[in-house]
Amino acid sequence: MDACVQQRDYTAKDYKSDVKPIWCPGCGDYSVLAAITRALATLQLAPENVAVVSGIGCSSRIPAYTSVYGFHGVHGRALPVATGLKIARPDLTVLVTGGDGDGFSIGGNHFLHACRRNVDLTYIVMDNQVYGMTKGQASPTTEPDWEGSKLTPDGAGIESFHPLVVALAAGANFIARCSSSDPNNVADIITQAIRHPGFSLVQVLSPCVTFRPEQQEWKHMVRTAVVDVTDDAARAARRLMTDDGFNVGKVLYKGDRPAYQPEAKGAAAVADLEADFAL
Amino acid sequence: MGGQTVSLVMAGSGGAGVVTAGSLLLEAAARAGWYAYMTRSSGPQIRGGEAAVMIRLGTEPIASHDDRFHLLVGVDWQNVGRFAAEIPLGAESLIIGDPGEGETPEVFVRSGAQQIALPMKALAKTVPDGRPNMVAFGAIAGMIGLTEDVVLGVLRDTLKRKGEEAIAASIAAFRAGVEAAADFPAVPRLPAGTPATSERWSITGNEATGMGALRGGVRFVAAYPITPATEVLEWLAPALPKVGGVLVQAEDELASINQIIGGSYGGVPSLTATSGPGLALMTESLGLAVAAEVPIVVIDVMRVGPSTGIATKSEQADLNIAVYGLHGDAPHLVLAPTSVADCLFTTQWAVHLAESLQTAAIVLTDQAMGQARAVMPRSAAVSFIGQREKPAALEAGVHYKRYANTASGVSPMAIPGMAGYTYTADGLEHNETGTPSSQASDHQAQLDKRLRKLTGYNYGDHWADITGDEDADTAILTWGSSAGPAREALERLRAAGQRVKLIAVRLISPVQPEKFANALKGVERVLVVEQSHSGQFHRYLRAQYDLPRQVKALHHPGPLAVRPGAIVEHITQWS
Ligand SMILES: Cc1ncc(C[n+]2csc(CCOP(=O)(O)OP(=O)(O)O)c2C)c(N)n1
Ligand code: SF4
Repeated sequence: MDACVQQRDYTAKDYKSDVKPIWCPGCGDYSVLAAITRALATLQLAPENVAVVSGIGCSSRIPAYTSVYGFHGVHGRALPVATGLKIARPDLTVLVTGGDGDGFSIGGNHFLHACRRNVDLTYIVMDNQVYGMTKGQASPTTEPDWEGSKLTPDGAGIESFHPLVVALAAGANFIARCSSSDPNNVADIITQAIRHPGFSLVQVLSPCVTFRPEQQEWKHMVRTAVVDVTDDAARAARRLMTDDGFNVGKVLYKGDRPAYQPEAKGAAAVADLEADFAL
Repeated sequence: MGGQTVSLVMAGSGGAGVVTAGSLLLEAAARAGWYAYMTRSSGPQIRGGEAAVMIRLGTEPIASHDDRFHLLVGVDWQNVGRFAAEIPLGAESLIIGDPGEGETPEVFVRSGAQQIALPMKALAKTVPDGRPNMVAFGAIAGMIGLTEDVVLGVLRDTLKRKGEEAIAASIAAFRAGVEAAADFPAVPRLPAGTPATSERWSITGNEATGMGALRGGVRFVAAYPITPATEVLEWLAPALPKVGGVLVQAEDELASINQIIGGSYGGVPSLTATSGPGLALMTESLGLAVAAEVPIVVIDVMRVGPSTGIATKSEQADLNIAVYGLHGDAPHLVLAPTSVADCLFTTQWAVHLAESLQTAAIVLTDQAMGQARAVMPRSAAVSFIGQREKPAALEAGVHYKRYANTASGVSPMAIPGMAGYTYTADGLEHNETGTPSSQASDHQAQLDKRLRKLTGYNYGDHWADITGDEDADTAILTWGSSAGPAREALERLRAAGQRVKLIAVRLISPVQPEKFANALKGVERVLVVEQSHSGQFHRYLRAQYDLPRQVKALHHPGPLAVRPGAIVEHITQWS
């Protein structure tokens, strides 16, 4: 840093609201919330210039727990709300938070097109491989043989969805994975993701201690990925296809496709358009 | 309507160029000082299917087709019979056909109309690069008394890009048509019109809707293509950037409505346009906009349903879904323009209302109105601009209440970027600050507030277009594009000495019981007119309003338009 040191005005606490989370004790989402506020403090973003958008699910409750502008919408539609907000208001920093069900099931089409459209958004998915809020059903990322849900007592029986590979194929330019057991690392990755122009995807392994208590073991199973960030999509694809989902703590792919931001620059008066119709 | 009119149809298979010739005719008539109304009908083919242009020209502004056409010109007859029901003819009508192109379809012959042969193809061959549609154009122009100098001007202007040879070929074919039709039986000839100035517009309903959106202040549009709403978007796409806005093509309707919710939450008045199938997909998020109190406008250019129905044909059958389709109790606005010209006013008003009341507004237009082109007086500017109540300065230490329970029901709305007012907009039920709440008292208070702001607002006189006799004993109650034929029926009935009034409802929801009762004072009988199979409007009126004891309903599904004569007949036979 140069001599003119920027004064650090905001601390993580300044981004946290006084609404008490409804999450179960031990839920991974607490540390993701903490990481988000920490990342915002690192970036010293004025709270009024940040918006957090979400859909529905336990993880989608995040906006109410922050003190930036928030939008808590309907199930699966957070990405389009955020897209519209960012295109209409390019001056804002827009984060999107949600779960694997919200993002990859009901919101699957929006996920593909957000990756492809590359609007400058940071999408943080708290992946617990289950629908927490509706009390424990299989989500797209649940293993096929998980028998813990009354809806699929013999297991879902279908292959789990691989969000990062799909994101890469759909054109995402910033793909990272981290674990809620290391909130400092999550904060660091989110900070990088916000800085990255265009759409960034951050998958956070965030255990649902209530419906998948075995996920408490994740903190022992994750390992820091031994890779350098690559801008080579083919290499990234191989990496993502072959890994077991527990390589965390790193940005796994970073491209440089320009962000999509249609410009609203015309200054004509509406009356000028009447010429279109005049005889 | 008043004045004199002439009605004609040009039909033919793909490539026959009837739409081109129809557009040229409309343009020429407009320059000659006449008013015009043109609708199109096409088959299900994507390209090159049979098509018909239905044109009515007159000395006064026109908002409806007549009961019958004076003239039907078939450049060829391939599949044109499919349109028969949409092209009513009578014994006094004329049918012009090309003897080389086959027999006139039996359905048209049955009308008893007089048939005349015009070898359009053969005549076209007598001039280099001549085309039969231009021969047809010439014949029609000659018969209705459109002067050649005006037509030549139009041909030169519109064919400029095609070069001198193309212009010369068109003129020669046109002249061949005029000549050949010189001694054809007469159709109504219009008296010379007042030469057009820029005070007259040639505009479609869909374009007028787009213009209304811009005048109202819309600067963000997200949408997914669907016939017949796409043209609203095609007009807006290049227009928006000129005035500092943007249009995004979304991945589907779920995305488009949520994108505009995001844009509007960001402070930019936002709109989407769709048709019935898309509106169905949007209903969950309409509930979100209502609960989160984010102003949005959804244009629904109705087409025949259910499901994907008939994509190219009109119906007024999305009323139920627009009014009742939302989940939970979700008070919102439903409006309907009453003519092509009114698409502009109503859309602009809808933006103004949505912004003022921070809620969702659905505007119901339809294919017939949206794709109709009208030559009409320039639309006067009105002062409705989207205006959202902003919060006042906060006292130190006071938390901003986004959903404050105010007397009017409207809570001042902060937009991102305003320091000190951060809040979370929520589709989950919430308390005054926006924090999710499952308490009955919060739900009751917020529901009361969301309803109160709509019912307590003064909508002025715009809730309906009311015309006719103040002391009428009979009223025609209608909405949307059915108002056009109803207006014409009203004039015919009054000319025949009946005391009648027309109430074309523009603000469908929320209902206006007092104003409605006032408008019906002294009225003993009511005819409800609409284009839906089940009589959706009639049922809605019965559920919401007190109607006089004598009520009749005239309703049938699309795609057949309601005709003025049918309305007149219902009323004159009601004694
Ligand atoms: C249209 C619609 N369908 C279903 C639901 C019910 N629902 C609420 S949350 C949820 C799943 C949430 O799972 P996930 O996104 O993985 O988040 P988590 O709760 O695990 O954080 C579902 C199906 C809904 N709210 N809306
Ligand atoms: S149900 Fe699972 S995801 Fe939801 S709060 Fe509890 S632990 Fe977290």
